[in-house]
Amino acid sequence: MLRLENISKRFGALEAVNDVSFSLENRGISGLIGPNGSGKTTLFHLITGFYKLDMGNVFFLDQKISGLAPHVISQKGIVRTFQQTRVLPFLSTLDNLIAAAPNQLGENLLPIFFKPLKVAIQENENTQKALSILETLELIKLKNSPAGDLSYGQQKLLEIGRVLMADPKLIILDEPTAGINPSLIRHLVKILKNLSDQSIKIFLIEHNMPLVSELCGEIFVMDSGSLIFSGTPDEIQNNERVIEAYLGRKA
Amino acid sequence: MDYIYHILIICLIYSIFAQSLNLELGFTGLYNFGHIAFFGIGAYASALLSLKGVSIPVAIMMAMTIAGISGGLFSIPALRLSGDYFGIATFVFAEMVHLIFLNERDLTGGPMGLPGIPRPDWIGSGITSLPLFLVFAFFAAFATFLLLRRITNSPYGRALKVIREDEFVAQALGKNTFIIKTKTIIVGSIFAGLAGALWAHYITYISPSDFTLQETILVLLCVVLGGKGTNFGPVIGAFAIIFFGEFIRFIPIPSGYIRFVAPFQGMVYGFILIVMMLKRPQGIISEARRSSPKNA
Repeated sequence: MLRLENISKRFGALEAVNDVSFSLENRGISGLIGPNGSGKTTLFHLITGFYKLDMGNVFFLDQKISGLAPHVISQKGIVRTFQQTRVLPFLSTLDNLIAAAPNQLGENLLPIFFKPLKVAIQENENTQKALSILETLELIKLKNSPAGDLSYGQQKLLEIGRVLMADPKLIILDEPTAGINPSLIRHLVKILKNLSDQSIKIFLIEHNMPLVSELCGEIFVMDSGSLIFSGTPDEIQNNERVIEAYLGRKA
Repeated sequence: MDYIYHILIICLIYSIFAQSLNLELGFTGLYNFGHIAFFGIGAYASALLSLKGVSIPVAIMMAMTIAGISGGLFSIPALRLSGDYFGIATFVFAEMVHLIFLNERDLTGGPMGLPGIPRPDWIGSGITSLPLFLVFAFFAAFATFLLLRRITNSPYGRALKVIREDEFVAQALGKNTFIIKTKTIIVGSIFAGLAGALWAHYITYISPSDFTLQETILVLLCVVLGGKGTNFGPVIGAFAIIFFGEFIRFIPIPSGYIRFVAPFQGMVYGFILIVMMLKRPQGIISEARRSSPKNA
């Protein structure tokens, strides 16, 4: 589904991502782990077009997507969240979701005036869909509150909801459970598993190892910009190099 | 009575101008400090065309088109810059346009400006034409209000707010932010052009000194004071600011101090701007019901 070929990115002297190649299975949830500063978020920025690659290629559904603008990559079906929550604070919770709907006719100027009925019908469909997502996320009571008034955990959920609204084929989540309480994490896990059952592919960065092991069928490990290992959760936990990367080398 | 008509007409023209800036600044978060340039382009275009004998409605339409095209051409390089840098580019653009008005004597008449700009025939000329011009300005302002409200209440308007709040999120959600912002500047410039054209036909004389930083600050103040990102805000702001400016004329001032009135007016505007930023950044009309920012 997603294939990276020898991608590299350098910031000055720092080799942030160094010659990384791998491809994701078509189904299920894949994880990306690694110590802080190992290049995970940079890798996500490279896949989604927010950073330009220095070298290498990215293919999505056998189409080359490296070099495309972020919004084009998003339109092709790769939708991401950010490490820090980025809800739209002054928009209502409901509007945060509706805004994420893809291919909105009413986002062009002429249809607003010349095809108002079509715009209204589409808007109504999007609103219904957003309401049902809010229902699933258990945020429905807050639909009219500005998103900036939501708690941190609720904002994280809202970001996931926003991604769902965009009809993605591949969801890229940067630390979805960071800083949210355990009961909300269980809620989130349920949502992610449910999505994966609906054959939406998920690729996530996560530091919570038990959670990664529970969710992910395959895990990629990065250290100092390089991919050092990939495999199933069991293989990872017993691998010397991975333990070394996290805990340091033996003297 | 004529004086009241006069003030109301100026208020309405400024309300169009402020609404057009609000689309960019209030809804899209584009800090355009050179919006006066498009007002000026509209004014000069309509004035020159009508002085060449083009009928006034056609001249105004063409002026709006020319302002819109200028906005589009301007935005292609300027929108490659973001945030503060974009603001500086807009400021520089306004200075450039001002210098063109000043120096292209063959076209614009240079510092002497363009006298004798006609008013529409059905309105007539002179003092007696004021009520009809007021009606004309009212319909123009009302149409602007309805059109911009339609735009800002649409999914397009919501996309503008997404860009304003977080451009990266907008891109991550598949919005072509460059195109959306370009369209916004084109629409904003078209209505600034309309305001400028009305101004030219109302005052009947324009010169480069009408289109300076001073006017930019005035219209900025209308938007910020009234409430950016709302449909009514800039209209209310325009009326408040213009009425205030006229009110100052009636303060009894000893004749020796008259020369201080204009700088004093500028000082008060600056003071209002600072107080608003500190105490009520959302303006008289506030966009969101959100009371206080939470960081929880």
